[in-house]
Amino acid sequence: MTKFVKGNEAVVIGALYAGCDVYFGYPITPASEIAHGAAKWFPSVGREFLQAECETASIYMVYGAAAAGRLAMTATSGPGMSLMQEGISYMAAANLPGVIVNVMRAGPGLGNVYPEQGDYNQAVKCGGHGNYSCVVLAPASVQEMCDLTIRAFELSFKYFTPAIVLADGLQGQMMETLVLPEHEMPKPDTTPWAVQATQETRKNLITSIYLDAPAQEAHNLRLQAKYAKMSADARHETYLCEDAELVLVAYGICSRIARTAAETLRSGGVKAGVFRPVTLSPFPGAALSETLKGRKALVVELSAGQFHDDVLLHLVKEGGRYQPVDLCNRMGGMVMTVDDVVAAARKTMKK
Amino acid sequence: MTEKKTVGMYDVFSRSGKQTRATHYCAGCGHGIIHKLITEAMVELGIQDRTVIVNPIGCAVFGYYYWDCGNVGAAHGRAPAIGTAINRTRRDAVVISYQGDGDLGAIGFNNTFQAAGRGEHMAVFFVNNAIYGMTGGQMAPTTLVGMKTTTSPFGRDPLTAGYPLHVCEVLNQLKAPVYIERVSVADTKRIMQAKRAVRKALEIQRDGKGYAFVEFISPCPTNLGVDSLKAAAFCADEMEKEYPLGCVRDESATAEPRPPVPVTPTVKAFFEASEQHQAPMAEIDEKAGELRLKFTGFGGQGILSLGVCVAEAARLEKRFATWFPSYGPEQRGGSAACSVVISGKPIGSPSVDHPDVLVCMNQPSYERFVRDVRPGGTVIVDATVPLAEKAPDGVRVVPMPAIDLSIKMGVPKAANTMMLAALMKLGVTGLKNEHLLSALDASFKKKPALVEKNRLLLDEAQAWMEKNLPL
Repeated sequence: MTKFVKGNEAVVIGALYAGCDVYFGYPITPASEIAHGAAKWFPSVGREFLQAECETASIYMVYGAAAAGRLAMTATSGPGMSLMQEGISYMAAANLPGVIVNVMRAGPGLGNVYPEQGDYNQAVKCGGHGNYSCVVLAPASVQEMCDLTIRAFELSFKYFTPAIVLADGLQGQMMETLVLPEHEMPKPDTTPWAVQATQETRKNLITSIYLDAPAQEAHNLRLQAKYAKMSADARHETYLCEDAELVLVAYGICSRIARTAAETLRSGGVKAGVFRPVTLSPFPGAALSETLKGRKALVVELSAGQFHDDVLLHLVKEGGRYQPVDLCNRMGGMVMTVDDVVAAARKTMKK
Repeated sequence: MTEKKTVGMYDVFSRSGKQTRATHYCAGCGHGIIHKLITEAMVELGIQDRTVIVNPIGCAVFGYYYWDCGNVGAAHGRAPAIGTAINRTRRDAVVISYQGDGDLGAIGFNNTFQAAGRGEHMAVFFVNNAIYGMTGGQMAPTTLVGMKTTTSPFGRDPLTAGYPLHVCEVLNQLKAPVYIERVSVADTKRIMQAKRAVRKALEIQRDGKGYAFVEFISPCPTNLGVDSLKAAAFCADEMEKEYPLGCVRDESATAEPRPPVPVTPTVKAFFEASEQHQAPMAEIDEKAGELRLKFTGFGGQGILSLGVCVAEAARLEKRFATWFPSYGPEQRGGSAACSVVISGKPIGSPSVDHPDVLVCMNQPSYERFVRDVRPGGTVIVDATVPLAEKAPDGVRVVPMPAIDLSIKMGVPKAANTMMLAALMKLGVTGLKNEHLLSALDASFKKKPALVEKNRLLLDEAQAWMEKNLPL
């Protein structure tokens, strides 16, 4: 069973198949179709939709629903995501699961509504206060806008931390064939920890305050131990890497452009492949390091080098080495063409 | 007389550190009284298991030390948003949002106002002591004119700090709230009235009738810098002048409970029924190759939907397909464009820089994109567009009077259907006509009357081409 839909619509479909109980959100281009779809489809299948008064309210509504043991989500773009940072920190601190979709637009500030990946650090390094980590997933197709939204709920409930689906305006707006999931996900049992307004859960408490420093440190250490376990769920994808002499490293929409560029390069005699992290947090650092060993590398991203920095960091952290990695990037809503990537790759090959 | 045990509060208020006091509140503070009023009403009404209290920031942050019911901690100002979500997803919950004056009246006022405006099912208990407590005696939105605080050391000056905020009166401008009352805990008589107000607010929740708001004028001796008696006297004498006690609204007798949630289909049943044309996932077919198309014109000419139609036909033909629009300001007038890629294998970039097929409905688009067309490609351009710009060698240019024909046929909005006719007649999409026709029909799913009409227009356009174009 397939449906030809926009990436933003696929997010809503994925959420519903994931068993999402409630959507809270404030409209913003280029994420608004998620709110439109949710407004139409959530009530049609007995789920709750509420247009919040602002993104701050949206994220605390997600917090509230999660505290009550429900599967909740919101979606937004850059400026809205900035407003949500405080609430994401509170959710992480209170061990609350929930999904936030960021359909990235160009920034900083008001910027424009065209695609960018400038919110990489905000998502992966966590833009809110304190030491915490989120799960961050980076879809690269309409199918994955659906599937990774489902996965975001799974991982969020596995690690009890917010999960961010980090998409971009291009993916939100583009249409592709979506294969509908086979069946709805079973609901997790939230009775042991959630405040469900029942006798059974009356003693449960959701909070993030530890007034004594030793208790707050212990809380931090527990969180860090939990995040360390997340690396088991790092995922990546490679394309034509087996015999590659050059690896294009890209996530999200850039990995699609890189894919076509790799094919073009191969038809011109350059053995190129693509390494694409599917999870940005946890980052597939070991796989990246392994794939890039002895090969030239070029990062393709729609930001100032935020992702490039992280690639270098993971080569050191997991690979124990520095390796030069080139950068092909655009910003401000400008998207590199396949020709741009091919030209940058040829330059890298000459080095 | 035997000592009466309070049910609904914990027996021991356990905390770490030195246990030098019975509670963590200061002597003479109003919070303890209000906590107990809420507990008593909760137990008397038999709703303890159903009750969830959203604990605030500030002095009452540890409300859960005392209340034996569901407790959720909130960030400054956000308790109404959290409470909204709890009740929306747990309809049986009796939700209490317990907030102080900075929390509710300053940082979170919009959340308060909007939740009240929506008539969320919650009881909001607003503790107004005219000053910030735990933060260190700063000015609150409810601080009286002339009152000295750590951030109004010369007294609150309306010229720079404005006037005290009357929350009950502001909320009374809204239609949805069921009950709004201001009470005080300054003395026994006032406390008895406060108890009645708390009980009413919780009855409204028990019965699912809607939004209830109770403001408590409450003493804060520590930050006022006076003893308990003087702090209580300040509440009764000074604060009540600014904040008169009394019921502002009570519609609890006539308010109706919410209607039950309607029965709906499952997710699977709903989505599977929503699709007009069933088709399985695309199959890999290396021989099929890849075709890249670009559709361009003015916004409003149906360029984007024409692209969707072709891509949808590709889905029906089990091909991989992407559709990607230029969007944003271009949606509102100017030029519109979309890229469509059809392939026998998974598609990389959905953006088309060098099209095999270019459809142009206006002059600016033709001039901008015609040079990008690949050798062997085809340009279908509306016949009104002057062809001053030369197409690259080996590119075929077909002028099609799509706009004129659609006007002549009385459906000026259907110029895109004329272009579809041209695509079909020229056979440049590589897709079967039956799939293109099914996709065209599906595009009018919401306006079934237009299906037949567009089919007719399509036939007419093809007949015109047969007669007039060297095919």
